[in-house]
Amino acid sequence: MENNIVDKIEKAGLTGRGGAGYLTAKKWREVAAAPGDKKYVVVNASEGETGLFKDIYILKNYTDALFKGVVLALDHLRAKDAYFNLNKNYYREVGKKLEAAILPYNDKGYNIKIFVEEPSYIGGEETALLNAIEGKRTEPRSKPPYPSMSGLYARPTLINNVETLYNVACVEDGSYEKKRFYCITGPKGRKSVHHLPDDWDIEKILKETGNYPNYEFFVQIGGGASGTVCDQDQIKGKLATGAGAIEVFDKKKIDPRKLILRWLEFYQKESCGKCTPCRAGTYQLYEMVKASRDIPWPQMFEVLETMEITSFCALGRSVMEPIRSYYSNVLKLS
Amino acid sequence: MNQVKVTINGKEYSAPEGESILQTAIDNGIDIPHFCYHEDLPIGSSCRTCLVEDVKTGRVVTSCSIKAEEGVAILTDTPKVKELRLKNLELLLAGHQKNCPRCKKGTYCRVAEDIGKYGVSTVKYWRPEIQEKLHLMSQAALLDPQLCIACNKCVEICDKIGIGFLELHGKNIQTHATWTRKPEIDCIYCGQCTVHCPVGSAREQNQIEDVEKALSDKDKIVIAQMAPSVHASIGEEFGLPVGTDMTGRAYTAFRKLGFDHVFDVNMGADITTIVEAAELVERIKENKNLPMFTSCCPAWVKFLEFYHPEMLDHLTTSRSPQMHSGAAYKTWWAKKEGIDPRKIVVVSFMPCTSKKYEARHEKMKIDGMWPVDHVLTTREFGALLKKHNIDLPNLEPSEVELPGTYSGAAAIYGASGGVMESALRTAYFDLTGKELEKVEFEKVRGMEGIKRSEIEVNGLTIKVAVVSTAANAEKIIQEIKQDPHAYDYVEVMACPGGCIGGGGQPIPTTLKIVAKRTESLYRVDSQMKLRKAHLNPVVRDFFDNYIAKLSVSEREKILNTSYSRKKKFE
Repeated sequence: MENNIVDKIEKAGLTGRGGAGYLTAKKWREVAAAPGDKKYVVVNASEGETGLFKDIYILKNYTDALFKGVVLALDHLRAKDAYFNLNKNYYREVGKKLEAAILPYNDKGYNIKIFVEEPSYIGGEETALLNAIEGKRTEPRSKPPYPSMSGLYARPTLINNVETLYNVACVEDGSYEKKRFYCITGPKGRKSVHHLPDDWDIEKILKETGNYPNYEFFVQIGGGASGTVCDQDQIKGKLATGAGAIEVFDKKKIDPRKLILRWLEFYQKESCGKCTPCRAGTYQLYEMVKASRDIPWPQMFEVLETMEITSFCALGRSVMEPIRSYYSNVLKLS
Repeated sequence: MNQVKVTINGKEYSAPEGESILQTAIDNGIDIPHFCYHEDLPIGSSCRTCLVEDVKTGRVVTSCSIKAEEGVAILTDTPKVKELRLKNLELLLAGHQKNCPRCKKGTYCRVAEDIGKYGVSTVKYWRPEIQEKLHLMSQAALLDPQLCIACNKCVEICDKIGIGFLELHGKNIQTHATWTRKPEIDCIYCGQCTVHCPVGSAREQNQIEDVEKALSDKDKIVIAQMAPSVHASIGEEFGLPVGTDMTGRAYTAFRKLGFDHVFDVNMGADITTIVEAAELVERIKENKNLPMFTSCCPAWVKFLEFYHPEMLDHLTTSRSPQMHSGAAYKTWWAKKEGIDPRKIVVVSFMPCTSKKYEARHEKMKIDGMWPVDHVLTTREFGALLKKHNIDLPNLEPSEVELPGTYSGAAAIYGASGGVMESALRTAYFDLTGKELEKVEFEKVRGMEGIKRSEIEVNGLTIKVAVVSTAANAEKIIQEIKQDPHAYDYVEVMACPGGCIGGGGQPIPTTLKIVAKRTESLYRVDSQMKLRKAHLNPVVRDFFDNYIAKLSVSEREKILNTSYSRKKKFE
């Protein structure tokens, strides 16, 4: 029976909902196959990006299903120990509820704990969160070894996003309908979460949820500041990526320099400081845009390219994406 | 380990399987800039300057994180590599020249070499002020956050040697190394952070200008004395092979710098050996406060004073070599020469930062005078010579003056186990009245962090341990707490491999390099006729014709010291 759940996950085509989109069944098999007498499950509820608020939505509204997913993972790995890597702001909202939900499981012999995480962008990176739980600096580790081989306390560790584990529970009880949670920041900054088919394009999602603007607009898709920017005419046939965030921008009202400065302010604040290109690069970018009246594109792209190719982890490497896509898709500068 | 063939710039090299290919490049003299890589420490891959092109994938990657495997091939100088490498160097070193006191003064800085070699601009990008104050580690070293590049090497070495005083604080561009606020952890001033810092953010407290001032003062009689480890390593500051013995050339260099007299810390080491061996013999005979611990490493003494004040009775009361020789010059020698000792300025050249701290202990003063006035590290010695355009490798060697006469037993003081071996050579004589025939104690030599041995002297078994680093010292202390009779005599040095791996030594210092320098020390000893401290005629003269005539309290002021519990930062 134990392989059954992974086969089901594979058949359902589940991919990770934290942003990277790794095949869930593959990850589960890797951790199961990794040698080790002790294994861990970590529920990633860090959600440190702006524009993402679906994990808290699930934590609030689908607690039971989420726990079912966690226990399925533990049982599959013959493990007892699980950690919720929980954003501190979320802890304030759902901490009590989660603690109450944990009790009956721990009475049955599981050892599920909540790790209250200082909210940060890097805190969601899976090796950085392992460091944080271990009491070390919240910064990414070199890979390999991957967490599936050597994760928390150097044990094989399954790290899944909240939504992923929720989906696992749905797969198990047959209710999975190939849907995903979309975090929409619509016109006038209206925020809402929608559970909709994963093959709807952005245009349809915006229309069906009443978020399609009646003005010229562009969108950012994926996960907040790191998402790809698409113009209005590019969203037909375009699927949501990453962690499923869609943010709508009013093309006439947005000052490109201010928008870029907003992204860069976020990045320069959130860089963990480990590697040179991200630590110093995000700071340079922010300062150079702040200091000039026009956007210094060539100087920016010089730094961005270095960051994209040479940063230690995906966070530094992804700063290029929103700026380059905004530059070419919306501003049509290349 | 399995050897594999790797290709760098089209040429094949043999490398141990799994080794970082950056190490292969370093070992074969292939230039790849790197700041956060040190072969004895974890690979952090954070500075991102050791970029190379992976021939197979065509991607630019950090060479430190590529493992040597059969068929791995890299290119170190493609246009893309050069462009990205320069960008990261400029981001990494932004503001360095503005913040670095050496670069500002135009004295030698290793970073300036890379800046020149790779054409790095340190003003193209900005560096904000780091929100952290400069931290002084007593009089020994300092942490200057404005130069820190967050490479974490100081943190890692401090952890590795068993202290854990340093941490990275802050995030983003504000990330920097600083000291732990935990009250139960204190710095021991060993300076390992300074010898592992690639940018001089952790560095010794510079005394070059104090020395220059003394040298230009016509009224002062300035004496240079150099520790054995400096003899064996100063050549590295001038690119000479590791382990080149520079003794004679360094003496010439002191004279060129304008020192009035050239003596040697080794003479002090022979005094120390005699004092310490006598105390060991006495303690063994009286079975009192055993095991006896050596005390010539001030970092080890500070470790005990802070972490284990309950063990202070075990420390030998003997002062350390630089204190002994410094005091000898200002008492015995000054009297002999008819010189006012207050005119004497003693400058020690040491492989160590904690010797700066030791030299400023009030309790060391003799008639209000410091036995040693200034202490320069090996690195500062190199910087001083370069500043004065003295080309050390091309000097003619010269001799030390008579009061600097020393034995081979002193020459090995720089190696972990050297103090022990020297003391045993003399203690054997003290215990038996006979001279030891075979003077080498092989079991206390070598690079292991803990070496144990038993030595038979006239049916008496002396159990000894030789330890380097605080982490290993802690293990031995716990062993002694379990079994108080485990050892009779324990030598402890704070730095890996002993003083030869000290915090004031040339950069880079690695365990491999330390082992090579160590060979040089033992080579010097083996080639000397005089190999026992108590046979040193100058030291005999000091004891027989000066010390012997003093009262006990006057004698102790010169030869002995005491210890006390220390608070954090004390």
